Amino acid sequence: MFSKFLQKCRVKSPWVLHFDCGSCNGCDIETLAVLTPVYDVERFGIINMGNPKHADVLLVTGTVNHRNKKVLRNLYDQMPSPKAVIAIGACGLSGGVFREAFNVVGGVDKVIPVNVYVPGCPAKPEAIIDGVVRALELFQAGPEGV
Amino acid sequence: MSKTIIPFGPQHPVLPEPIHLSLTLEDEIVVEALPALGYVHRGLEKLCEIRDINQMIQVVERVCGICSKIHAQCFCLGLEKMMNVEPPPRAEYLRVVWSELHRIHSHLLWLGLFADSFGFEALFYQLWKIRERVMDINEATAGNRVIISVNVLGGVRRDLSAEQVRWITSQLNMVEQELKDLQSTILDDYTIRSRTVGKGILTREKAYELGAVGPTLRGSGVAQDCRQLGSSALKHLEFQPVVEQDGDSFARNKVRFLETLQSISLVRQALKGLPKGEIKTKFKGSPEGEAVSRVEQPRGELFYYFKANGTKNLERLRIRTPTFANIPPLAAMLPGIELADVPVIVLSIDPCISCTER
Repeated sequence: MFSKFLQKCRVKSPWVLHFDCGSCNGCDIETLAVLTPVYDVERFGIINMGNPKHADVLLVTGTVNHRNKKVLRNLYDQMPSPKAVIAIGACGLSGGVFREAFNVVGGVDKVIPVNVYVPGCPAKPEAIIDGVVRALELFQAGPEGV
Repeated sequence: MSKTIIPFGPQHPVLPEPIHLSLTLEDEIVVEALPALGYVHRGLEKLCEIRDINQMIQVVERVCGICSKIHAQCFCLGLEKMMNVEPPPRAEYLRVVWSELHRIHSHLLWLGLFADSFGFEALFYQLWKIRERVMDINEATAGNRVIISVNVLGGVRRDLSAEQVRWITSQLNMVEQELKDLQSTILDDYTIRSRTVGKGILTREKAYELGAVGPTLRGSGVAQDCRQLGSSALKHLEFQPVVEQDGDSFARNKVRFLETLQSISLVRQALKGLPKGEIKTKFKGSPEGEAVSRVEQPRGELFYYFKANGTKNLERLRIRTPTFANIPPLAAMLPGIELADVPVIVLSIDPCISCTER
């Protein structure tokens, strides 16, 4: 019963951790814009957290490079299960415009498992909200969903 | 008292971007700050070997999403100088319009983040609400919100209709009015003053000596702004750099706030004097030789160096971004302050790590 209660809370109020993993800031400022009055995701109970240990959803923007892949892995490991990962923007999906650059590993899914992909360069705020809502559907499906 | 070392970043709630600072503390006071970089390095300067000069415009725009338009403009100005291409006057005016719009959105973004860094969330939300009007202008005129990609070699990609010019002017009037309503909060509020006045002082001599650029330099009383060089249509517009004398976080805050209002006036002037005609000059050939170009980004002076050998690809591209120049002044500001003020002072130089590491 307690786990059902927790699952309900998770869907009603997911806490989000945002990590800039070598993006050009385009997707980051759109992710921040999602939290501000015009798009205002707090009405869905979504709160931006700085602490991975409190977070349910990890929003990753940008390409993975050889230095920050350890940081990304570390943040993912610190988050409690069940957790969802959303890769934002063309860079987070595949490396985007930088995929041939020498210090780029590629998309986020080369390092950690990704549940939802949000395309765009940069991804629009509407698309990011849609991505988070899709991640919530995974939570709704229960522990096997994520 | 023994020393404590506290890591700040790479993932930190205040900073949207990964930078790592090792702060050595004695009690609550910072005695040394060592920055460690490399979390955003992608190596995009080397991409010029596989992408041709027209494709490189898309790549340099993604050096930094916040000031993408100005990066592309700097790239185009340098190559146009090398190939002796003169963009038509209408294109030069349009470049000023879009780059000043980018400066407005970047400064509003920064003012909001700065308010957030000392916990003034209501102001953060207010400023970002105003900023959305500028983003709407970008989307309506160029088709994208952040990376608008309007520059091409020899001119611009999009034109503005008379109706759009009227609409932009009316939107900017609203932005200006809303900003003036917030002026007393930003410049006189007790909370803001107590967290910023006298914090992170950079004297005029020190700022000049350490090579600070942009609002960090102008907040310390040095009137230097690359827009004074009069590139593009800026030579026809009325412009005076905004300067403050105190050199603390509050002065830098004030410079950026006043520059936002100044940029609104520059856009208005450029739209008023918009000449008729073509928006793009046709040209042939590939660049050869060496060139440099400089423009003023929202964060300071941006510098590009080009070396070309007559093929479609550049041989070498070097980008020096303003935050790179502002890191030594930041390291000089941090010793002697309390740990709680570190986020405020780090943000007061408007760090753009993505620019710095490319």
